[in-house]
Amino acid sequence: MSRLPFYLIVGVLMLAGIAMSVQRHVQFEIPWVPGEQRKVWEIEALVNFNAQDGPVMVDMALPSHQAGFRVLTENTASSGYGLAFKADDFGRRAEWSIRDAAGSQQLYYSVQMLVSPDSQAPDLTPPPPLVDIVWERPYDTAANHIVERAWSRSADNYTFARELMLDMGGERQGENARLLLTQYELVPLTVRLLNHAGVNAREVSGLLLEDGRRRQSLTQWIQVFDESEEQWALFNPLSGEQGKPDNLLLWEAGGQAVLEVAGGTNSRVNFSMMTHSQPASAAVRNHISEDTLLNFSIHSLPLEEQALFQTILLIPIGALMVVFLRVLVGFKTSGTFMPVLIALAFIQTTLMTGLIGFLLVVAVGLVIRNYLSYLNLLLVARVSAVIITVIAIISIFSVVAYKLGLNAGLTITFFPMIILAWTIERMSILWEEEGPKEVLIQGGGSLVTAVLAYLAMNNPWVRHITFNFLGVQLILMALILLLGNYTGYRLLELRRFQPITDEEKSP
Amino acid sequence: MKWLSWTTPGKLRSKGIIGMNRRNIRYIGRYNNRRLFPLVDDKLKTKLLAQQHGITSPALIGTVTTQFGVKHILDMLTGHAGFVIKPAKGSGGKGILVIEQSKDGAYVKPSGAALNLTDIERHVSNILSGLYSLGGSPDVAMIENLIHFDESLMAYTYEGVPDIRVIIFKGYPVMAMMRLSTAASDGKANLHQGAVGVGLDIATGTALRGVQFDRPCYAHPDTGHDLASLAVPDWKTLLLLAAGCYEMTGLGYLGTDMVLDRRHGPMLLELNARPGLAIQMTNGEGLRPRLDMIEAQPEDQSPAARVAFAQQHFARHSELVFPADMPTSTA
Repeated sequence: MSRLPFYLIVGVLMLAGIAMSVQRHVQFEIPWVPGEQRKVWEIEALVNFNAQDGPVMVDMALPSHQAGFRVLTENTASSGYGLAFKADDFGRRAEWSIRDAAGSQQLYYSVQMLVSPDSQAPDLTPPPPLVDIVWERPYDTAANHIVERAWSRSADNYTFARELMLDMGGERQGENARLLLTQYELVPLTVRLLNHAGVNAREVSGLLLEDGRRRQSLTQWIQVFDESEEQWALFNPLSGEQGKPDNLLLWEAGGQAVLEVAGGTNSRVNFSMMTHSQPASAAVRNHISEDTLLNFSIHSLPLEEQALFQTILLIPIGALMVVFLRVLVGFKTSGTFMPVLIALAFIQTTLMTGLIGFLLVVAVGLVIRNYLSYLNLLLVARVSAVIITVIAIISIFSVVAYKLGLNAGLTITFFPMIILAWTIERMSILWEEEGPKEVLIQGGGSLVTAVLAYLAMNNPWVRHITFNFLGVQLILMALILLLGNYTGYRLLELRRFQPITDEEKSP
Repeated sequence: MKWLSWTTPGKLRSKGIIGMNRRNIRYIGRYNNRRLFPLVDDKLKTKLLAQQHGITSPALIGTVTTQFGVKHILDMLTGHAGFVIKPAKGSGGKGILVIEQSKDGAYVKPSGAALNLTDIERHVSNILSGLYSLGGSPDVAMIENLIHFDESLMAYTYEGVPDIRVIIFKGYPVMAMMRLSTAASDGKANLHQGAVGVGLDIATGTALRGVQFDRPCYAHPDTGHDLASLAVPDWKTLLLLAAGCYEMTGLGYLGTDMVLDRRHGPMLLELNARPGLAIQMTNGEGLRPRLDMIEAQPEDQSPAARVAFAQQHFARHSELVFPADMPTSTA
């Protein structure tokens, strides 16, 4: 049996992988290490609505150059629709129109924003003159009361806005605030109160940027104008904090509606986003060569799918880790690739929360599974019962964690429940057959493997390489094939067989 | 201390020790056709095959394949004083029920506990529903004659039946060991649970060295009997039976588990297509040199020729007796 074809395949995979990676490095100037280049955020907005068998007009706010971000390129995908971009004092907007549409409609808008800390906000429009605010009967005294209270404790417009927000939202929320909140929403109400006090303020919408997030929506913020400094300042309406977080992109900054649909119902807009690093020059050039056949890559997919692939492409790294630990080290794990799935969950939950959550669920699950074994059930029914148990445990832990104010506890839902149920089932059988020692060995082996896989998969350099260089997948494949051909000793066998070699010396 | 002592790959290689990876790729992967695995994973198939090939194994009283058949089990059991009920696809000794004697509707286990017919029926029904089989798949219950264990070896075991594992490579007996159950192993013959493994000389069937928990051991920890005097009777017949399993299954790398019956001599208990590597520990020797030697031998040798070859080339002296105490070689 010749091994030549095997080494040939490995060699071809290796060479092809390296060649593809080098080609991407050279042609697209993608760096080998992350972080030395500028960050680019790709953001995709998906507008969904149901058209009502007739003409439809969709009007959506678009982001502009602003402090911290510059617009690089933007694209839309909306078959059959007419499209116009408009810009006025309040910002830029896109207007889609169609004569006749029916059923569910999807419009895509994607934009590349370059992170540039030195970018300045455009000249801000001076605020329009204030209109008089009229309150209905029981609310006017409440409004006056809140305004007076905040006014007396402030020195200028900004401090007034802060005090007002603390009274409205935070722990200091009083009876008057609660009365007003029965009639108005928090953010519009705060703006109304500010205007009532003669302070120019408006509601704006921003997107909190987090890598790989999908189906996000906009958050609401309040801009307050100060006449003496002649500029707008941004406030978090919930905490009263002043200033813009670094990862906040203002999507709509003119106090207008984000999305207006005429001729459709049930309209909403979702955002997907991800970041990658590239030289600013290449970022500009990138969209020119976009359509060539050579640029066949997942980077031509819609952003939502790309964010998904960012995770999928990490799985081979986890698999390589498992192969390495089992073949070269000799770890025992319960379920071959269970540790990879646990590691994927750790990426969502962060390591410590994930470890604690995992141990809690498995420990409680084992106790309950121990009782189930007395009932003498058939396997499928028993595992199904364990699945329901796991779901119950996770729900209870989430609620308890939330009540205790541990928001991190909520991420426990990211654990793959079926896998957890099987893990509990296997551990339990192992406990009955081989005793608790073997459970500790295999459980510990699985956890150590999961943690190592997590550390490898969560490494920024690894994430950068796997996502930007698809050729790396071929190299990983070649490495795994090579490991599958390894006939040497495992590390732990050096300990297992140690007594044999040791005895030579003793007589 | 055990955790701190490590050896080097070089030392292991010079001893000819085979690791898991090498066993999987080089021997199981190359010599064991996956198509043939069901023959050994299903004990009923193994037994029927053994009967066809004239390989002695505990006589089959009957099988129960349907829940309906459970009701007729009494017809099968009458006239048999002792019997063993086991699942055909069970692993690791799970679901094996040994009844030493039955009298007036009471069935007595070796421990002395008595069962009634309903208990037996429930056990068989559990086997059929897959309680003891891998993956919970439906199974078949086999009822076999009780093995009357050879008394000459009784002193070396605690509760359980000691079995003899012979590794058969391309039909040649390569290495053998006996597994003696202890109090620590709870009467089970599993080495990692504390059973004593005794390496056996392929030429004579006498003890080479004893190992418990990977440490040398010179006497049975419970009975206190000296291991050096252990010698398997009828050794050549046992090797011939084991070697014949190669023709029977076609599996090139095979673990055969044998027992010694007082009346019928050596018998095949079950086969294993993925035998473990602990036999190297009990023999204090690696498998590699012997396997290499066998790979160099011509094909199509008769079982008798293969056994003779192995007895000639793999003979060794016991490490349990010091040369001064030993008047003549046990061979």
